[in-house]
Amino acid sequence: MLIFSVFKTLTDQTVTVELKNDLSITGVLKSVDQFLNIRLDNIKVADEGRHPHMMAVKNCFIRGSVVRYVQLPAEHVDTQLLEDATRRDAMNQVKR
Amino acid sequence: MSLQGYTDRRVLLVLQDGRAIVGVLVGFDQKSNIVLSDCKERVYSADEGVEEIPLGLYLVKGEMVCLIGEIDEAIDSSADLSTIRAEPIPPIRYG
Repeated sequence: MLIFSVFKTLTDQTVTVELKNDLSITGVLKSVDQFLNIRLDNIKVADEGRHPHMMAVKNCFIRGSVVRYVQLPAEHVDTQLLEDATRRDAMNQVKR
Repeated sequence: MSLQGYTDRRVLLVLQDGRAIVGVLVGFDQKSNIVLSDCKERVYSADEGVEEIPLGLYLVKGEMVCLIGEIDEAIDSSADLSTIRAEPIPPIRYG
């Protein structure tokens, strides 16, 4: 739930999503849902020469379960806050 | 859910096994199960142009879905599929 909130704060930022099929897609984060499904606008696929499949696609929906990494814009993430929040979250889960 | 806005649009659906299907999104649900009408599979290969295989009306299980992209008709119709050479999209590993 916490990571979901983190993603919500990053809407309208440019992120790069790497999929488990090795496709790498850069675009503007439009929305995220509870499954961490991602909507990207204005997308660009890395190495377009080798991946012309998405030439005509300008915005897309990526299923959360196929995401390997999301590269975040570091300047828009408060790493210290994130560290504290995740540890607090983990502590609470142990208690429960 | 985030698939709102894609209904009645022509979309590209990439499946977990790497297949690419183009069709009109007529329905979806919370689990990202998808109904596509008038779909065609686009078969990519490195030494031949893209082959389109008509499939008709398809219901795709949400767990098989990898990506759904809205197709820009202007760009798509201006591209000559028979001249495009590309390896198929790799399948998902450790889905």
